[in-house]
Amino acid sequence: MIVSTSANRTRARAACVTALVSALLAVALLLPTIAGAQDTSRAVRIGLTYQPGTKPGVVVTAVRGPWGDSVQAIIARDLDYGDRIDVIGLPGTPAAGSLQNLGVGVSYPLWKSLGAVAAVQATLTSSGVHVAVHDVTGRKIVQVADFPLPSGAGSADWRLALHAASDEVEQWITGIHGIAQTRILFVRSGHIFIVDSDGADERQVSDAGLSLSPAWSPDGHTISYSVLGARGWYIVVRDLAGGPARTLPSTTVGLNTTPAVAPAGGSIAYAHAEEAGTDVMLADLAGGAPRRVTVGRGSDNTTPSFSPDGRRIAFTSGRAGHPEVYIMDADGSNTELLTPFNFGDQNYRSNPDWSPDGQRIAFESQIAGSFQIMSISVRDRSVKQLTSEGINEDPSWAPDARHLVFTSSRTGVKQLWILDSESGRARQLTHAGGARLAAWSRSLGHAR
Amino acid sequence: MNARPLYAVATIAALFALGACHKKVAPAPAPAPAPEPPAAAPAPPPPPPAAAPTTNEDAMRARDAARASLTAAIYFDYDSDALTDASRASLDAKVGILNASSGVKVRVAGNTDERGSDEYNLALGQRRAAAAKRYLTQHGVADAAIDIISYGEERPAVDGHDEAAWSKNRRDEFEITAGADALNPAAQ
Repeated sequence: MIVSTSANRTRARAACVTALVSALLAVALLLPTIAGAQDTSRAVRIGLTYQPGTKPGVVVTAVRGPWGDSVQAIIARDLDYGDRIDVIGLPGTPAAGSLQNLGVGVSYPLWKSLGAVAAVQATLTSSGVHVAVHDVTGRKIVQVADFPLPSGAGSADWRLALHAASDEVEQWITGIHGIAQTRILFVRSGHIFIVDSDGADERQVSDAGLSLSPAWSPDGHTISYSVLGARGWYIVVRDLAGGPARTLPSTTVGLNTTPAVAPAGGSIAYAHAEEAGTDVMLADLAGGAPRRVTVGRGSDNTTPSFSPDGRRIAFTSGRAGHPEVYIMDADGSNTELLTPFNFGDQNYRSNPDWSPDGQRIAFESQIAGSFQIMSISVRDRSVKQLTSEGINEDPSWAPDARHLVFTSSRTGVKQLWILDSESGRARQLTHAGGARLAAWSRSLGHAR
Repeated sequence: MNARPLYAVATIAALFALGACHKKVAPAPAPAPAPEPPAAAPAPPPPPPAAAPTTNEDAMRARDAARASLTAAIYFDYDSDALTDASRASLDAKVGILNASSGVKVRVAGNTDERGSDEYNLALGQRRAAAAKRYLTQHGVADAAIDIISYGEERPAVDGHDEAAWSKNRRDEFEITAGADALNPAAQ
């Protein structure tokens, strides 16, 4: 704009101020949205912007040292499992040979010829792993960081620490933090087990006694689950680092199941029944009298799942004569039916799990004589059917609010499967002995 | 000679009649009674009437029959805790025994078939057990004589993935937890 007169100048300045104020206002209005959305700022720095449905090509170079092959394989697999990156040169693909011949060297022309826009170069150091991410087009290193690894290469702790590098690399390249540094609780043969997100290091974490419904505390340090005792079902809380399980004092009588620790920690919701229906209760983890949250009037109200802000709870209720999913405020007020009765061919929907971004609730629904995983938008109630093969139940969201773990009978035996709800890609997480009732942790970056 | 032997024989006969009745009365969709060894025992008919002397065997047989009646499972429709006519008849027999047998305690365990939510099924099993307890206590059985527990779908009676198996798994089981020796068959 060319400004010649002072009047024009004043007008122009006023227009500028108006524009600036409008812009600031717009930013202010958008801020909550931006804060809620995933942070893409760091991805922009290397010239890559993640677009849903597209996957940037990335190579993970060979790594020197006795555990080098493991480091390369774990990072490559983590990025692959994230479903936001096309990992070039995974074992079994044509590019794998080219990369193997190249070894640890830097070769922008080769990487480019393989279709990579970024390269991940990891180097083992005395205290951990040094990771550099190359911008292949710009022919330069755009991000570096050191990730400490505990001694005992190959151990569960070492692998968990290495997953942190994968998740950070995914953040650099796509703007979205990965989900590799997480673990999943589940039930096998009546015991609680834990497994890494990539299927490694399965181990039992419960004692004797039929145990069901494992749940994470938000800090990733402690878990809770229900145990069948001589007189009923009670809920225990235990530290994954060790020590005995502690019985939640308010759960020593009757049926006490499906614990869910509030996102802020401190309190725990669970289903409790004696002789007049099952209701959702809320108790302090430290002890004290629980408070009844649902008014079930003799119906079954169970499987509470908190919204990420802790203000609401989704749950299964049979109050209408058959199980449906409802949501309510965490104090029990404002209960409303979430899943419509006329949806699917049978009146049975249950086991809600509120996504970590708060947007959707996954649940299982009876349909065509089977059970399938669905998700429903909290805002506009639009429904997506996510599975169709075999019987699929008990969904639990990953921290990225995109992947889900659930029980599937598609192989003929109940096992855990992980689904990318965006692409539909599914992978089998557990393989032995049957598995069910999975619970996906938050990121365990700060867990022991 | 007093009337006791006659009474005992009559009771045994009544018990068998009741057992036979059960099978006939059971409505079509309801499953056949579980193959409980004691109930199925094709015991020889009671000895000739009238002057037959009472024996320990008679008493034991009567007690076994009472135990079988008390621990006979009852069955439910899908996703329901409503008591069927057959269930009520079975519970009526249990009421008679329990009200005449002080000191006997029973645990009712509610179970479901494998379909649907494992966790919701625990609540459903609890409701089925509670339904039986409510019926018993409404008919005079002491509250303290009955406790309940739910096993949901965790302890199926029959393996299988069809209605034949499911109908046998949607059940309340009854276990005598105290006072088995105090069972009074004459109460029937």
